[in-house]
Amino acid sequence: MRFLVHRLLALGGVLIASSMIVFGGLYLAPGSPEQFLVQGRTVSPEVLAAIRSQYSLDDPLPVRYWNWLSGLFTGDMGRSLLTQQDVGTLIASRIPTTLSLAAVAAVLIIVAGIGLGILAGTRGGVAARIVIFASNLGIAVPTFFAALVLMSVFSMGLGWFPVFGAGDGVVDRVWHLTLPALALSLPSIAVVARITRTAIVEESESEHVLIAVARGLPKRIVLWRHTVRNSLLPVTTAVGMQIAGLIAGAFVVEYAFTLDGIGALLVNSVQRKDFAVVQAVALIMVVAFGVVNLAVDLLYAVIDPRVRLKKGQ
Amino acid sequence: MAASETAVLSTAPGIPAQGRLASVRRRLGWIGMVCAGIVAVVVLAAMVGQFFVPYDPTVGSVTQRHLGSSAEHFLGTDQAGRDIFSRLIAGARTSLVGPLIVVVATAVAGSMLAFTAVWFGGKTDAFLGRVLDVLFAFPSLLLAILGVAIFGPGLVTASIALAVAYIPYSARVIRSVALRERNLPYVKAAELQGINGFTITLRHILPNVWTQILTGSTINFGYAIVDLAALSFLGLGIQPPAADWGLMISNGQESLQQGFPGQSLYAGLCVVATVAAMAYIGERLGGRAAAGRSKQ
Repeated sequence: MRFLVHRLLALGGVLIASSMIVFGGLYLAPGSPEQFLVQGRTVSPEVLAAIRSQYSLDDPLPVRYWNWLSGLFTGDMGRSLLTQQDVGTLIASRIPTTLSLAAVAAVLIIVAGIGLGILAGTRGGVAARIVIFASNLGIAVPTFFAALVLMSVFSMGLGWFPVFGAGDGVVDRVWHLTLPALALSLPSIAVVARITRTAIVEESESEHVLIAVARGLPKRIVLWRHTVRNSLLPVTTAVGMQIAGLIAGAFVVEYAFTLDGIGALLVNSVQRKDFAVVQAVALIMVVAFGVVNLAVDLLYAVIDPRVRLKKGQ
Repeated sequence: MAASETAVLSTAPGIPAQGRLASVRRRLGWIGMVCAGIVAVVVLAAMVGQFFVPYDPTVGSVTQRHLGSSAEHFLGTDQAGRDIFSRLIAGARTSLVGPLIVVVATAVAGSMLAFTAVWFGGKTDAFLGRVLDVLFAFPSLLLAILGVAIFGPGLVTASIALAVAYIPYSARVIRSVALRERNLPYVKAAELQGINGFTITLRHILPNVWTQILTGSTINFGYAIVDLAALSFLGLGIQPPAADWGLMISNGQESLQQGFPGQSLYAGLCVVATVAAMAYIGERLGGRAAAGRSKQ
């Protein structure tokens, strides 16, 4: 419990500091904040006044920050500088795509990553070699290139999957998101498979497994109950970190497959210099990243009591 | 006597040099040698390639769009009728210069932060640790994109923004090795002699952690190639019509949907081959070097 409170406070502190960075970025930019927000676009005096009041540019700096932050907490993220749309609704309409993409990718990482790792760790021989080689390749291939190769082979060449769009309904959506999720999770699958394999190989050489074999336990029980189960500790952390990392990889894949997620929204907003949207999306991503990382740490503490005892004091 | 001495002197550097080359070759193995060859070709292309390209990489012709491979255009032409082969070679330069900026900036800033934290220790160390914690809260590509949003797209801004994202990782690694060095008796001895902290750090601690900084930079270089190519792909890095691999992959995306996958695939293969080759060499040499150090 103490561990939990401690971690929550730390996360809160870090998030407040990062919100200051996201907010302060406006003042790091060359030129006055107004010039930066308008970016040479010709705007009517009314719009300029709206922008000034959105960022409360007539107030002192701490007040501006406070207005911005309290606005975020009450769900008011301001309006897009370009289209005058409400940023909150804009983001809310994009979130389902990103979440389902991340969910499909997470399932792929867990199933394929751990599965391949167990296969390579227990079978050895040719299977292990193929998995090791493929994981080296998977780590070296950038997500955007994997996206293009998958697109050209399976969508353009074979026509098995749609080229873009997120699809409607559950089945259609999963079908639309399979290729993007595969591209997104490929490097993570490679990392997880490699870590799983190493953990299993190490565990199978440990004394308690040796004893279990010597006691004449059936191979199946030694493998699943003694080796695999114990080796899943480091794997859990790795899987969690990779899932948190999906947030960072998502914008590339969304952009490549022209999915309408918040990652693509961020990239498009940067390209069109719509800083209000950029700030809001960046902050949401930082919060999501922090929360997932915290969840992984807590999960780790639940699985392995030693962590809880050591850090909680 | 003098003649034999000069003979010894002239041959002496030669023999170990050959021996060193052979030992590097042995360490790398034949896959490593292929990788070294790939890296050498890319570096050469980056340095002098632009003088030998058959066509101007930024000038195209509307009548020659999307040509296939031929004797004239080795790998065909892109959507603007520019020679893809020429653009690949010219693109090697920007694809390596960006990561170089990232790696150097990361190593310099990361070491400065780490050494400051290690030398003063205590509150300074704790404060810098907190600052890094905040940077760790951002996924690195997100921090880079935020930097581009503030300072505008371009090769230099994208590289520096990416360096800021890499700094916490490199500072943490360097801090841990420098801290070990800081607590050794010879540093205490130098301190007792009244030498100031800056000099001790520069003359004594830096040379002893140099290998780790270099190894870390090699690893970062590979990541930086991929991340910068991703930024170019998103249109946030170097701007067209410059020749750059990430940009070519991005340009090729539309052509790909029209059935001309060439440009994207060739540029992507260049990125993958370079990164994989560097990673392999780094792993072989770095891994062996680390093993050698621990044995000593």
